[in-house]
Amino acid sequence: MIDVLYFAWVRERIGLPKERVETNALTVADLVAELTAREDRYAAAFADVSALRVALDQELADFSAPLKGIREVAFFPPMTGG
Amino acid sequence: MPVRVQAEPFDFGKECAGFGQGGSSTGAVVAFLGRVRDDSGSLVRMEIEHYPGMTEKAIGAIAAEASRRWCLNDVLVVHRHGKLTPGEAIMMVATAARHRVAAFEAAEFLMDYLKSRAPFWKKEIAADGAAWVSAIAEDEQALDRW
Repeated sequence: MIDVLYFAWVRERIGLPKERVETNALTVADLVAELTAREDRYAAAFADVSALRVALDQELADFSAPLKGIREVAFFPPMTGG
Repeated sequence: MPVRVQAEPFDFGKECAGFGQGGSSTGAVVAFLGRVRDDSGSLVRMEIEHYPGMTEKAIGAIAAEASRRWCLNDVLVVHRHGKLTPGEAIMMVATAARHRVAAFEAAEFLMDYLKSRAPFWKKEIAADGAAWVSAIAEDEQALDRW
């Protein structure tokens, strides 16, 4: 089980801020493929992953990063702080 | 290393007055205040979302890196989230160093990294609709100079 968090327009498109996901995905990209296959709202959110960022256990990571040992995955658009 | 992420407003003057007072080796203090700007004239409010937990960690790491690179005597970052109205203070950074070059450069470094490496997202609510603020390429490119 892994906690998956969504922020900003990713959260709005998927329609929830957080969910627990039962997955055997080895990498972030595998997880994205699993989620995309679920429903249209996921496909809409993940249509262009180059427009997204991912954090693993609250550290920025790549979509090719392994999920082994990771408890929390977050997807969000590029940050606009400051 | 004080980093505060909060919904409440902060008093910029009070923060500055109390900043960088420890020790007598500080010869330069730089403070920057970021406010909600209304370019269109129709902005009703700005909503700032963040990633609790990661936000504090990410800003802490950025502040630690700035302190290491410029040998800062003190650093402060305050960043708000939630609903803000035009003109309201969003965030501030302050740096204290022996000399002004370090204080100015470290403040710019903090701002550049906060813009694209701290997990905040701004949404502008205008009279005619709402839109997420897009990240701009210049903000990402600004990191290259460091």
